[in-house]
Amino acid sequence: MLDVDRQIINALQGGFPISERPYAEAAEKLGLSEDALIARLAQLLEDKMLSRFGPMYNSEKMGGAVTLAAIAVPKARFKEVTGIVNSFAEVAHNYQREHKLNMWFVIAAEEPGEIAEVIEKIEAATGLEVFNMPKSEEYFLEMKLAI
Amino acid sequence: MNNIRPQDQVNAFDEIDRAIVAATQSGLPLVAAPYEAVAAEIGISADEVMTRLQAMLKNGIIRRIGVVPNHYALGLKANGMSVWQVPEEQVNELGKRVGALDFVTHCYSRPQHLPDWPYNLFAMVHGKSRDEVFEKVQVIADLLDDADQGHDVLFSSKILKKTGLRISRSQ
Repeated sequence: MLDVDRQIINALQGGFPISERPYAEAAEKLGLSEDALIARLAQLLEDKMLSRFGPMYNSEKMGGAVTLAAIAVPKARFKEVTGIVNSFAEVAHNYQREHKLNMWFVIAAEEPGEIAEVIEKIEAATGLEVFNMPKSEEYFLEMKLAI
Repeated sequence: MNNIRPQDQVNAFDEIDRAIVAATQSGLPLVAAPYEAVAAEIGISADEVMTRLQAMLKNGIIRRIGVVPNHYALGLKANGMSVWQVPEEQVNELGKRVGALDFVTHCYSRPQHLPDWPYNLFAMVHGKSRDEVFEKVQVIADLLDDADQGHDVLFSSKILKKTGLRISRSQ
């Protein structure tokens, strides 16, 4: 990875300006030209080093709801249950994890009541218990992962 | 059950805000005047886009504006969800301290489901290898000290779905 890319990723995890020429402003702090910063960001996105560049939204503050849920899926049924869970548009992410509770997914809905409905439907369709683990508190300060 | 508390609701979120979110949630245009480009797409002024983005940043609808690194592509191939059982009356204080560690990317308290699931504090830890994740988990264990009444690390073995959160253009 180029030093300039590392510098961009470490410096721009937040605080991108809201102004007429924000790339020019951010570039100046990094000792780059506006065009160079735009070009590097485009390349990092194309190379998938960045998932995204822009505002990160908190859907709960927009009136939506999010929860983390988990299921202990019997090994023999893993593929079938994955298909059922993933078929719900409200399931945004789904990860296989190494534990008795081996399927962990995020349910996001625009209306809070939809979360319980989706969980009921998944339980009915799979015959398995869904452990609902909505966050009680978030202790998130900022994106600060140094690479 | 939902986890929305009244103080989290922002009543002022309107259709124009929704249009701005829809236009920018997959990314900001990579042009010299990106907010002007967003404004042109929605049919409002660039000043209004910027004013509303500032307001959303202030009230927390926007967490931050910047790059979202792809941990896996950047070499952080091990992703461990560390889960901790800590005394409930200490969970907020400890959560803040764990969340402040520079290698913890997400930190939440969540309800226990006894007896199957005793853990009430979740901290996501990324590393180049599982050993690196375990080293970082040990730092958390040292920080929690006696408050660590049991913990586990759940490594992800496969991404089964990843579409991200999406808001529709109109409700």
